[in-house]
Amino acid sequence: MKISAKVYVVGDNIDTDNIIPAQYLNLVPTIPAEYEKLGSYAMAGLPDDAIPFVDKATGKTPYGILIAGRNFGCGSSREHAPVALGAAGCKAVVAEYYARIYFRNSVSTGEVYPFESVESLVKEFKTGDEATLDTVAGTLTRESDGKVFRLKDLGAVAPVVEAGGMFAYARKMHLIK
Amino acid sequence: MMTLTEKILARAAGKDVVKPGENIWVNVNILLTHDVCGPGTIGIFQREFGKDAKVFDREGIVIIPDHYIHTRDEKAHRNVDTLRAFVKEQGLPYFYDPGTKSYCGVCHVGLPEHGHVRPGEIIVGTDSHTCTHGALGAFSTGIGNTDAGFVMGTGKILLKVPETIRFVLNGKLPEYITGKDIILRLIGDIGVGGATYCAMEFSGEAIRELSVENRMTICNMAVEAGAKNGIIEPDEKTLAYVRARTDKPFEPLYGDPDAPVRQTLTYDVSTFVPCVACPHTPDRYAPAAEKSDVKLDRAYIGSCTGGKIEDFEMAARILNGRKVSIDTFLVPATGMVAEALRTRKIGDKTWLQIFIDAGCLPVAAPSCAACLGGPVDTFGRTHGNEVVISTTNRNFIGRMGSKTAPIYLASPFTAAASAITGRITDPREFL
Repeated sequence: MKISAKVYVVGDNIDTDNIIPAQYLNLVPTIPAEYEKLGSYAMAGLPDDAIPFVDKATGKTPYGILIAGRNFGCGSSREHAPVALGAAGCKAVVAEYYARIYFRNSVSTGEVYPFESVESLVKEFKTGDEATLDTVAGTLTRESDGKVFRLKDLGAVAPVVEAGGMFAYARKMHLIK
Repeated sequence: MMTLTEKILARAAGKDVVKPGENIWVNVNILLTHDVCGPGTIGIFQREFGKDAKVFDREGIVIIPDHYIHTRDEKAHRNVDTLRAFVKEQGLPYFYDPGTKSYCGVCHVGLPEHGHVRPGEIIVGTDSHTCTHGALGAFSTGIGNTDAGFVMGTGKILLKVPETIRFVLNGKLPEYITGKDIILRLIGDIGVGGATYCAMEFSGEAIRELSVENRMTICNMAVEAGAKNGIIEPDEKTLAYVRARTDKPFEPLYGDPDAPVRQTLTYDVSTFVPCVACPHTPDRYAPAAEKSDVKLDRAYIGSCTGGKIEDFEMAARILNGRKVSIDTFLVPATGMVAEALRTRKIGDKTWLQIFIDAGCLPVAAPSCAACLGGPVDTFGRTHGNEVVISTTNRNFIGRMGSKTAPIYLASPFTAAASAITGRITDPREFL
């Protein structure tokens, strides 16, 4: 799959309180209206001087790809974090590496692709740049000059990501009905 | 040759041997959930397994609402109602219902208090601080709603066997050094991503010397270094603690001392000093004595990390006969902790009386309260630029409510000493 979108760039140690502040955890992701609401609060925990991630009028993000540094998603086990990103319309995160539970939740829910970059991309892109992510080739292309950045192989979780999440994978493997 | 973590995972997977990096299906003993992630977990369970599906094992599910309890937030109440309805429908025996006698408070203190944590078992919970329970020699880790929904229906989870990083803590433990000072020092050394995907195993004579509760404080914050689990080999203290709380049989496991690990870090704890973690990450270690220029507005003692019985004992020892000079919020983790405040004494004064006489704010009812901010009417939540010293586990931007309120993490000794002076204070000044 190819995803062409504007990118949103953040730094290291973006924690789950940045991605979805705790005051919104009263929303239940499996209730459709509350799923949408969670999307409208995606990245609301960034400092107030950050560029807004979500367009207030639509409740959706104009940024389909989020580029981050090290340890993205550290902190809580709240699945509301990848859910908020996915519900906002973000398709993929490309980070140097992830905190374990956030990564696992991205894979299990199938809400948002969790790719890892080979080198830090935080200085290679700025918020608003256009880019194309090729999930099969494992590349991220900067549209302004066509420069191609390699992404790491998804490894052992690739079949789960490909299936679209933990339940889809378990059914495909005939582990559950 | 396997580490303790590998041995527990191997047994639960029905295998003789497992190796780090291997992905295995593991049988779960206990699934823990609460009011914030329980409704979503139940939603996934019912969506995927059907409205009439039954949980894998009624005795294997423990539901402890604790996050948003004492609030007027309507959705928070609806979420607890969702749990009540599910418990009734499924006939679940282990539900600690708010507003009833069974309510206990913070899940990670309530789970071991009620005998649900047993050495050698597999515990997963929809909360990152589920790693706390490794302190009793269990494999215990935090998961999301989707994985929890899967466990609820199947009793199984797909896990990658983590590499182990071994922390050997030797030397005589000074009286003023707590579990919190130890874990903040270790996280400071390896960084917030330093143990990502790994097991943090704590051993050595100083660990054996520590109480069960202080061991819990250490394992509780393993996730703050990115670890999958924290773990401590069971000993006589562990077994006495567990046997006093459950009649269920369990079989402890012990690691091979020479099992290969990713790294071994050895410390002499006699050199450790009371410390804080500066804003906004738990690895920003600093000795408390070096931060005495930081003026504070508020002290907060509570949570699964710093709201247990011994945590309040430490605070009472410091505050006995002294006065606080800043707003001091006390939130016992559970009803049993609150009971200890009312009944345990120093001299002829209860801890509660010591806190009242010291000028602390009235003690709140047990719950997670402001540890994670929560709804706007949460007790102790920050709303402005308050500078906070807290016995909790995270000092991220906005963690306790306001994005502009910086948080310093510390032990109960250090938080209480700082509450007296109104600036960050090494508790040795008062011990």
